[in-house]
Amino acid sequence: MNPPAAFSADPRQGDPAITDQLIAEHGLTPDEYQKVLGILGRPPTWTELGVFSVMWSEHCSYKTSRRFLKTLPTEGERVLQGPGENAGVVDVGDGLGVCFKMESHNHPSFIEPYQGAATGVGGILRDVFTMNARPIALLNSLRFGTPEHPRTSYLVDGVVDGIAGYGNCMGIPTVGGEIDFNRCYNGNILVNAMAVGIVPADRIFRGIAAGPGNPVLYVGSRTGRDGIHGATMASDSFEEGGEGRRPTVQVGDPYTEKRLLEACMELMQQDAVIAIQDMGAAGLTSSSVEMAGRGGTGLVLHVDRIPRREPGMTPYECLLSESQERMLIVAAAGREHIVEEVFTKWDLEAVVVGEVTDDGCWRILEDGQTVAAIPVLALTDEAPNYDRPREKPADLKQRQTTPELSAHGDCAAVLERLLGSPGIADKRWVYRQYDHMVRLGTLERPGDADAAVLRLPGSKRMLAVCVDGNSVHVKLDPFGGAQGIIAEACRNLACTGAQAIGATDCLNFGNPERPDVMWEFEQAVLGLGEGLRQAHVPIVSGNVSFYNETGEQSIHPTPTIGMVGLIEAGVSPLGMALPSAGSLVLLGSPRPVLGGSAYARVIHDSEQGMPPQVYWSEELALHQLLREAAQRGLLLAAHDLSEGGLATSLAEMLISSRGKASGCQIQVPCPPSAEAVELSLFGETHGCAWVAVEDERRAELLALCQEMQCRATALGSIGGEGLRILDAQGSVVLDRSAESLRKAFEGGFAESIGLSPCPPRV
Amino acid sequence: MRIRVHVTPRRGVLDPQGQAVAHGLSNLGFSGLGEVRVGKVVDLELTSESDPEAALATARKMASQLLANEVVEDFSVEVLG
Amino acid sequence: MRFGIVTFPGSNCDQDAHHVVSHVLGHEARFIWHKETDLEDVDCVILPGGFSYGDYLRCGAIARFSPIMDAVVRFANEGGYVIGICNGFQVLTETGLLPGVLLRNQGLKFICEDTRLVVANGHSPWTVLCPETLVAPIAHAEGCYFASPEVIGQLEEQGRVIFRYASSRGEELAESNPNGSINNIAGIINEAGNVLGMMPHPERNSETALGDASGAAIFRSIIHSFEARA
Repeated sequence: MNPPAAFSADPRQGDPAITDQLIAEHGLTPDEYQKVLGILGRPPTWTELGVFSVMWSEHCSYKTSRRFLKTLPTEGERVLQGPGENAGVVDVGDGLGVCFKMESHNHPSFIEPYQGAATGVGGILRDVFTMNARPIALLNSLRFGTPEHPRTSYLVDGVVDGIAGYGNCMGIPTVGGEIDFNRCYNGNILVNAMAVGIVPADRIFRGIAAGPGNPVLYVGSRTGRDGIHGATMASDSFEEGGEGRRPTVQVGDPYTEKRLLEACMELMQQDAVIAIQDMGAAGLTSSSVEMAGRGGTGLVLHVDRIPRREPGMTPYECLLSESQERMLIVAAAGREHIVEEVFTKWDLEAVVVGEVTDDGCWRILEDGQTVAAIPVLALTDEAPNYDRPREKPADLKQRQTTPELSAHGDCAAVLERLLGSPGIADKRWVYRQYDHMVRLGTLERPGDADAAVLRLPGSKRMLAVCVDGNSVHVKLDPFGGAQGIIAEACRNLACTGAQAIGATDCLNFGNPERPDVMWEFEQAVLGLGEGLRQAHVPIVSGNVSFYNETGEQSIHPTPTIGMVGLIEAGVSPLGMALPSAGSLVLLGSPRPVLGGSAYARVIHDSEQGMPPQVYWSEELALHQLLREAAQRGLLLAAHDLSEGGLATSLAEMLISSRGKASGCQIQVPCPPSAEAVELSLFGETHGCAWVAVEDERRAELLALCQEMQCRATALGSIGGEGLRILDAQGSVVLDRSAESLRKAFEGGFAESIGLSPCPPRV
Repeated sequence: MRIRVHVTPRRGVLDPQGQAVAHGLSNLGFSGLGEVRVGKVVDLELTSESDPEAALATARKMASQLLANEVVEDFSVEVLG
Repeated sequence: MRFGIVTFPGSNCDQDAHHVVSHVLGHEARFIWHKETDLEDVDCVILPGGFSYGDYLRCGAIARFSPIMDAVVRFANEGGYVIGICNGFQVLTETGLLPGVLLRNQGLKFICEDTRLVVANGHSPWTVLCPETLVAPIAHAEGCYFASPEVIGQLEEQGRVIFRYASSRGEELAESNPNGSINNIAGIINEAGNVLGMMPHPERNSETALGDASGAAIFRSIIHSFEARA
């Protein structure tokens, strides 16, 4: 490419010389640097080097993942905005769209858990409200090291506190999430945050810088030196002792973000905004480059006009700063005063810092001198795109070998250990710190149902939302395990009565330069795609986080999925709490396996064998049945079978009834050997859910099952004392009081991590 | 003129943060620890004051009106220079 | 009855309060921006929950100096009804319209959960229609009510403690106190009874769709008291 002569830039006085070492420190490979030289036709200035470094980082450029992400289904009748914008939008009728996205903030959260998690929440909220969507819910997916690891309790405490601190202050309810623990995260935790908002379908705002001559405004907080090279840090592995990298972590200010939210929502009511984008990773640089890229325009910024917190900041620092709570707005020429008026009302700054141009150049001026001038396309479309080597992991066969697990022998004791293990145990310690009720929309609260259920302002329909992931299943079988995540997410939604309509993904993986990690990545993405196509759910937004490793230890491949579903007007959303009386029915055909199960991990410390597979026609028949039965008002409660298997799932329903049901009894059609019993009670399977139904309507439900080709495999009843499970011959294989199960479940989380427990519920 | 305002919880007022810090310190093995109280420090730059006494008086006014809640907090002021 | 809901920068339950008094209970309501200075057309002021000014320095400390607060103090002193919910309660104590202060919760954590209240004085304008116990969602990190023994003595003697945290059977137990408040205090009124501050959020349980509607009794009480007075 031969750049026009106009694209020249002058080094500033005092800029460091561009040496091989400086280039390497910026994370650019020698080949990438050659490409920079080719594009510019001259050596870059220091400022430009910094810009290439962040824009071509894995985090911003998706240079490794792009070719795989393209294979995911992103289209559907409901899709109003697919991937590539600040967030995706799906049509929910009544002239409304639901706007959502999930994003990782793993590395910052490991270094400084409170601020890392808080700014993760802040960033994802901005992605949603820049689209003119009023945020109505937050969710999160968290992964920590083993409960016993010395840093785990500190990290759990800090991350939860940070999420609470930011979300609560913003007045946006945190309504759901999931948490798991595994030694692979000892040195690299995962913090994935999801935000959901509601937008008028005909007033979605995008980040497309159009109309040369239109002014570019900087709004929100001032720029400081925080977070410089955050995007490259996110694309970096943790060296041992990486905890020393504190200075780059950003500090969040939810109070400013709350005002920024209100100001943006107010501004977008008026016709003054052409484009708007959050300054997230790589701050001013990526927001301005991406907006110009989408618009096919150019952009000039006067860096000396950027509001700053500290004197003496260089253009390099201003452009790469990741200070929080800032936005870039392209206003309609002549209407910038409207932007200024609204922001002044909210005590926020709005400053014209540049304008849209038509020469395709991203140009930065400081006191009139050009310090950077780069073709926009060089930073976006022409960023490196790698086809990295992939190779089946050498130990895959061994991972998938069915483990020899001897029966424990005491099913009740096993159940209590599973219920008390922190991945399964009651998460009240966590969600009572999150304001999950503000905005008066939370119909099913955290812990009460398989997905959170929310009112949809402006509609009689309801929204169900969940996040799911199971990295052990994906580790053992990336293609099948990833499909399992999709099945589980759709099933969770169906258990509340909802139809899945859209998804967002966060792909947390190890070092992509390792062929085995790349193979896992490819297989997992293919698995997600297969599942999404089977379930007819489009992906509309997402994020990739590579380099999650410490030393040689990569994390398990951890794709997490956020999914949104719709419940029709008039349907009562279903929770999991057992009613005081009625029948129990197990829907679906259980195919329990122990590979990668909580039972294998908690009881036998084994992480081996093939995880459960998804049988899509059965799976989807189950979801359809759940929705149909919910619409007919046939069901009193529903809860899917997942971690911990059939017995764990039922115990959770009993516990969450909080005394309404005194107990329940079921018979499981399994042979009387201890191994067979433990497999059917605790083995994990897809495609199944427990439901509760009034005795008088049981026949109606079973008839519906037959009609809709969904098997009903085990039967039981609500009542009696505690949880009683009988085998095929009618012998009692498990009998435990509800109180004893409740204690294990409610105390397990804080106890196993060593956190101070919360007092009993009132 | 730079003035430092110390705000501390009043004697007798429950200070759960102080208790938590005390607990943490004893967990770390520090012994011989009596009561711990957690307060805050506010540094003020008073640009139009050059007389230390006048600056302290202004700072006291600020502390009493806003920086401290005298129902539960005490404050003291000092000149930093 | 006309409600005015004050929006401070950082308020986040203002919409919720507005929704309940207008859409659920069918009364007039308007938002009052904190920079306004008069309350002429309002019969009851709601200081809503949230994090006014980010709760920086101390909860409610900065909001107290918002321009509207002079008018709120005047309005209250003239007998107008004022309810401060959560952060609004904190603003009222900082303003001096109510005694005492809200300290950090004893467990140091933010708590969002349903609690139970027993109505300790059913004769106040805010409680005349309340049942003996109410479900009471809380959501705060600084809700531990504290005042000097003299002030507590006075509040108790004058029947100004109107809500206390209690068990589901209405017993005032230590374990039903979520935040360490003295005497399980959850809500108090001023001497004249026209100003109420409470940490729980009655607007969060004013509709059956959200699981419980007992909180609406507090709003119904003040509407009843207002109509009886007129």
